[in-house]
Amino acid sequence: MAQTIELEIFRYRPEQESEPTLQSYEVPYNEEWVVLDAINYIKDEIDGTLSYRWSCRMGVCGSCGMMVNGVPRLTCAAFLKEYYPRKILVEPLDGFPVERDLVTDMDMFVAKLTSVSPWIIRNEGEEKPLEEGTYLQSPGELAEYKHYSMCINCMLCYAACPVFALDTNFLGPAAIAIGQRYNMDSRDQGRDQRQEVIASHDGIWHCTLVGECSTVCPKDVDPAGAIQRAKLSSTTDYFKDLLMPWGRRT
Amino acid sequence: MSYIRKVPNTWWLKRKPYTLFIVREITCVAVAGYCAFLLYLMYALRQGPEAYAAALGLIMSPTSYVLHVVGLLFVLYHTITWFNVTPKVFVFYVGEERVPAVVVAGAHYAGWLGVSALVAWLLLGTGTPG
Ligand code: SF4
Ligand code: FES
Repeated sequence: MAQTIELEIFRYRPEQESEPTLQSYEVPYNEEWVVLDAINYIKDEIDGTLSYRWSCRMGVCGSCGMMVNGVPRLTCAAFLKEYYPRKILVEPLDGFPVERDLVTDMDMFVAKLTSVSPWIIRNEGEEKPLEEGTYLQSPGELAEYKHYSMCINCMLCYAACPVFALDTNFLGPAAIAIGQRYNMDSRDQGRDQRQEVIASHDGIWHCTLVGECSTVCPKDVDPAGAIQRAKLSSTTDYFKDLLMPWGRRT
Repeated sequence: MSYIRKVPNTWWLKRKPYTLFIVREITCVAVAGYCAFLLYLMYALRQGPEAYAAALGLIMSPTSYVLHVVGLLFVLYHTITWFNVTPKVFVFYVGEERVPAVVVAGAHYAGWLGVSALVAWLLLGTGTPG
């Protein structure tokens, strides 16, 4: 008989149950399969009622994040063979409200992301006219923020963050990393504007540096590093303002 | 209606990195405790020879030895875990090359070693009773 592996899946169907349950499925074990393949198999062959998100199946779209045996993973990048022969527990990303089965409500995340103004801000009147062409940047200037720009908004870092789980007001890893991505961009002038959100109590100062956000990030964005660097530069600003109030930053 | 999952009070036992994080946070109690203890020693010193001798007597007790060993382990854990994250905070470039993490953390360890050596020399090298 062909080998099989057991998947235990978090189910929540608001129209029929008020509390989530776990449901077990036995699927064929294939060394080349990732957890998402197994879930797709369940959906296609065993139980079409299962709801979850996915799209690219190649670690790009960031929509297939789930808790796999308690750890936030992109299910399209988590191989069955990492777990076999143990059973695999699949749950929706921690910290987010669950809409149905493995589908979380990500409105909160989108709002946080928008709040850091994730676009290039220029001072009033300092926009370069189109005919003058693009803003040039050296490889060194690009290197300053490039790894932050790799974020695929998969929210694994949020699911790994106990601070966010305990208080969802926390701006959280990816939003801060993306804010930093623009702050560190030589073409941008919007840092002061972003500071209001990033340097607030619900921003960087809420972070206690657990560091798991960076560990689980599939794109090596290192949000924990971004937050600590933002703390350092905010502290430097504070002392500069304190010691040299006449030299206020513009 | 979306379902909100409650975070159990035991969340930090669920995964090893969380447990280690909580241990790191708790170790700061040892750091603060030892600072308070040093302040107490200084206070005793100011009270005169008798009070200071009494304080020293306290240090020599077996309980104090045990507390010192436990305290030392906590403070070491605290220092090492924090030093290891310093490369996340301090990012330097030499030209276009980023200074590697080991160098940044290594500089902290070197500084630590330097200060420890200085203290050891002051206490042991100069013949002052330690
Ligand atoms: S920082 Fe990393 S883990 Fe967080 S959303 Fe971006 S890619 Fe995902
Ligand atoms: S399906 Fe797109 S990242 Fe996994």
